[in-house]
Amino acid sequence: MKVKMLSRNPDNYVRDTKLDLQRVPRNYDPTLHPFEVPREYVRALNATKLERVFAKPFLASLDGHRDGVNCLAKHPKNLATVLSGACDGEVRIWNLTQRNCIRTIQAHEGFVRGICTRFCGTSFFTVGDDKTVKQWKMDGPGYGEEEEPLHTILGKTVYTGIDHHWKEAVFATCGQQVDIWDEQRTNPICSMTWGFDSISSVKFNPVETFLLGSCASDRNIVLYDMRQATPLKKVILDMRTNTICWNPMEAFIFTAANEDYNLYTFDMRALDTPVMVHMDHVSAVLDVDYSPTGKEFVSASFDKSIRIFPVDKSRSREVYHTKRMQHVICVKWTSDSKYIMCGSDEMNIRLWKANASEKLGVLTSREKAAKDYNQKLKEKFQHYPHIKRIARHRHLPKSIYSQIQEQRIMKEARRRKEVNRIKHSKPGSVPIVSEKKKHVVAVVK
Amino acid sequence: MTANRLAESLLALSQQEELVDLPKDYLLSGSEDEGDNDGEREHQKLLEAISSLDGKNRRKLAERSEASLKVSEFNVSSEGSGEKLVLADLLEPVKTSSSLATVKKQLNRVKSKKTVELPLNKEEIERARTPLEQEIFNLLHKNKQPVADPLLTPVEKASLQAMSLEEAKMRRAELQRARALQSYYEAKARREKKIKSKKYHKVVKKGKAKKALKEFEQLRKVNPAAALEELEKIEKARMMERMSLKHQNSGKWAKSKAIMAKYDLEARQAMQEQLAKNKELTQKLQVASESEEEEGGTEEKVEELLVPDVVNEVQMNADGPNPWMLRSCTSDTKEAATQEDPEQLPEPEAHEVSESEGEDRPVAEEEILLREFEERRSLRKRSELSQDAEPAGSQETKDSSSQEVLSELRVLSQKLKENDQSRKQKASSEGTIPQVQREEPATEEEEPLLLQRPERVQTLEELEELGKEECFQNKELPRPVLEGQQSERTPNNRPDAPKEKKKKEQMIDLQNLLTTQSPSVKSLAVPTIEELEDEEERNQRQMIKEAFAGDDVIRDFLKEKREAVEASKPKDVDLTLPGWGEWGGVGLKPSAKKRRRFLIKAPEGPPRKDKNLPNVIINEKRNIHTAAHQVRVLPYPFTHHWQFERTIQTPIGSTWNTQRAFQKLTTPKVVTKPGHIINPIKAEDVGYRSSSRSDLSVIQRNPKRITTRHKKQLKKSSVD
Repeated sequence: MKVKMLSRNPDNYVRDTKLDLQRVPRNYDPTLHPFEVPREYVRALNATKLERVFAKPFLASLDGHRDGVNCLAKHPKNLATVLSGACDGEVRIWNLTQRNCIRTIQAHEGFVRGICTRFCGTSFFTVGDDKTVKQWKMDGPGYGEEEEPLHTILGKTVYTGIDHHWKEAVFATCGQQVDIWDEQRTNPICSMTWGFDSISSVKFNPVETFLLGSCASDRNIVLYDMRQATPLKKVILDMRTNTICWNPMEAFIFTAANEDYNLYTFDMRALDTPVMVHMDHVSAVLDVDYSPTGKEFVSASFDKSIRIFPVDKSRSREVYHTKRMQHVICVKWTSDSKYIMCGSDEMNIRLWKANASEKLGVLTSREKAAKDYNQKLKEKFQHYPHIKRIARHRHLPKSIYSQIQEQRIMKEARRRKEVNRIKHSKPGSVPIVSEKKKHVVAVVK
Repeated sequence: MTANRLAESLLALSQQEELVDLPKDYLLSGSEDEGDNDGEREHQKLLEAISSLDGKNRRKLAERSEASLKVSEFNVSSEGSGEKLVLADLLEPVKTSSSLATVKKQLNRVKSKKTVELPLNKEEIERARTPLEQEIFNLLHKNKQPVADPLLTPVEKASLQAMSLEEAKMRRAELQRARALQSYYEAKARREKKIKSKKYHKVVKKGKAKKALKEFEQLRKVNPAAALEELEKIEKARMMERMSLKHQNSGKWAKSKAIMAKYDLEARQAMQEQLAKNKELTQKLQVASESEEEEGGTEEKVEELLVPDVVNEVQMNADGPNPWMLRSCTSDTKEAATQEDPEQLPEPEAHEVSESEGEDRPVAEEEILLREFEERRSLRKRSELSQDAEPAGSQETKDSSSQEVLSELRVLSQKLKENDQSRKQKASSEGTIPQVQREEPATEEEEPLLLQRPERVQTLEELEELGKEECFQNKELPRPVLEGQQSERTPNNRPDAPKEKKKKEQMIDLQNLLTTQSPSVKSLAVPTIEELEDEEERNQRQMIKEAFAGDDVIRDFLKEKREAVEASKPKDVDLTLPGWGEWGGVGLKPSAKKRRRFLIKAPEGPPRKDKNLPNVIINEKRNIHTAAHQVRVLPYPFTHHWQFERTIQTPIGSTWNTQRAFQKLTTPKVVTKPGHIINPIKAEDVGYRSSSRSDLSVIQRNPKRITTRHKKQLKKSSVD
């Protein structure tokens, strides 16, 4: 019997000197490798199929809360640490790698309305229904110490949200007005109001750190400059906005999660028209968070699902749901852009992969090259109907699916009515309003 | 009398026993049986009644499968009547029952009237008045066949009478033995069949083959005619084998062996064996006598006499190379045809010749040819008659007749050759008339030569070559030398000069016949050579056309194209309403005027793209199957389809690009490292303020855009 062995002669591949050209073990004459397009098409098709085969995004569920999870916060310096506040006033700190709870604090009475970490990661702030703002140490208390906040600020009104400045020892709370606090003081530096309604969330701009955005239940989104005493401008939408989130890579872009099932990405310089209207949810969008790369964001909805949208696309690229996940109240994209966390009504925090079919762990260079190539192929051939169909296919819960159908019908009816109205009225008397402009009621400066 | 009867019955018994033995408990109808086995019979009846309940008639005559040792008188059966014979019945004299007495008397009376018979016979003889009838009667009488009552020939009667009781007994014993032997043989065969060992079967098969070969050799020595028949059988088997294409590597067994052959020496051997077998089977069978021909003329002659030529001819057809593949196939096939059916020979030949004649001198030549064939036919008839005249027709005469047929064929083929030859000679630019003259004596000489050629012509090629040889000789030799040469050659090629007188006569006859006709043929051939050639080519083409008649690709294609064109044509719309404004009904058609009026002519569509391309069908319709893989709408960022196409047509894989290019092409826009925190962008990151980048985990592919925006933003903020 013949024994086959690998025999490699170094003469065939080792260069004499470093300056020699590398030997090319392949003839790249295009005539020798015909049918480029069909071959790549097939590869793209296979890559797309494999992507769907390996799409298993759900990683872990962190359970321990005894009430619905109301807010989430990322640790600014540690990827593994996540903080969550529940509807029973409990705050828990989780370790994601071990997937367990490392600390539990009974922070408030009633809801924990908001939670945010300091930029240095040594402490975090919580606000609750008990009209208090509390600052806590990130590390747990030593042996024999009591679990106590570093500072407690008693306010006059209920605070519904809190966010910390990205560089300075300043934080902002919202309730009836937006207050900007110095950490060292018990009174706000300034309070800004525009209108008389409760403000549901306030967010600092991560790039232009003096800017703030807030959204109120009187359907408006207000922008502030911390250095000024008055708000900058506001935009009034059709329906109330629940949260906004700034794009960490583009200073003037933010996305608002609206009650009308849509998300609106605004350029703060031109608020009269949203840059993009993202629609796919079938119920109110409750929370939104940007990927640290600024290319995508994730939204949590009352329809028991979370969706991932590319910033420049109006349709989501991904939807995550499980049978047990109820209304998702809060969602966060981890700082390494690989994972997504969502807290929902049914007391669990779920950990998902941001890219459903991505392989976790260390990749070899060949694996990486293959991954990149496949990704490029998918991109290249994404418009081909077969590939598009496969890539877009998702399983949806029946409720969501039927609601999508229903809303499609409603939308079509509305469109038809509009078309008819235009058709049967004096030309020019009924203006044709684009989808983007439709939802913006007014911009006030 | 009883003894005689007994003997007869025994004889009958022995004859019947061979066929079928009834089951023991077959329903007995004889009244004699009632006494001894009444109960048994009842039981049988019951069984039968039960078995008939299910509708099917189970009663079947059981076949005797083995020799029964108890062949007793008690279960002797009588086949024809379906009743059992009982010995007592045979022994006892016929009881005269009162009811049968009158009938018997009548019978006796009839028997006693012998006077009636003879005149009747005579009458019959006299009735045969026509010569044919007479002949028949004569023949019958000669062979002692019964003329009037065709029951038993006198010989049979005699043999019957000659058989005594002992003989009958002996015969019975013999039969029993034979039966026993048969059953043993059957049992043995069954047993052997059950053996699963392949090796055993292989050995058995080989042994059989060897034995058969040996027998064949023996037979060939003893009885060549039978051997030839055997050979034919073998040949037929070979052909069957060849047609079924067994013993190749396509079978299940062969495939399995082929897999094993790499590792298993035995399997390899088996495969080689199989291949050898295949080769052997598919090879042309060599006729055994060929080698012997060289040895001696006399022996050869004997064999020739023994083996009828017709047999060889059959082989010739079977063994000849594929006629389709031959260059000069036309003549060959014609020859083959003539050989197959010598009776049919004249017509096609005449036809061909007359065709080839063209317009030069059609009538006269045709007449001559026709006469020639007529004469030949008459000759054949004559020989046949002579054969008939001698009823004890010997092998010799038969052979001579077949020889004759063959010789005719040869002559014809020779003629064809000569046509060729003359054509060649024309090519050598000689005058036609002297050529003809020169050739005439040659052919005269050649005819007998051909006939007396010692070798039998085995195949078509040989037949051809035979002609060619002579052509060459004729060509090479100038006229004066020719005759001498011929005379020289003649004794060489004719070692068997002393021949049967009769044969010689015939030959001379033939020679005469041919010499008279040959000039006409020659003169015909010369001016029509080219036409012949043309015809040959045409025939060849025709033949190939016929061979591939099933798949006429070109016509199919044209038809397909025509259909495609028809299908793509816009259809006219006929809006005529029959019966509208005029009478309607079965068989009534709307008037032409109306039809013209209501026929909406479809506008001519755009010209087809393949209008001027005869070998192409361009389908201008959209193909649904490919459409599923095609982009219908130009995707968003592109403004022109060629932009999009260009992006698609540029391959990015490493199959088409160098490693570096591949890496560049496939780098994603955003690279993130797992486990690294990506901080929000800062003005310093994008080089607005010259400071080191604090975060390297994000690589922006297109930082320019951001910087410009940043600038704007910063400007704005500064303004604010």
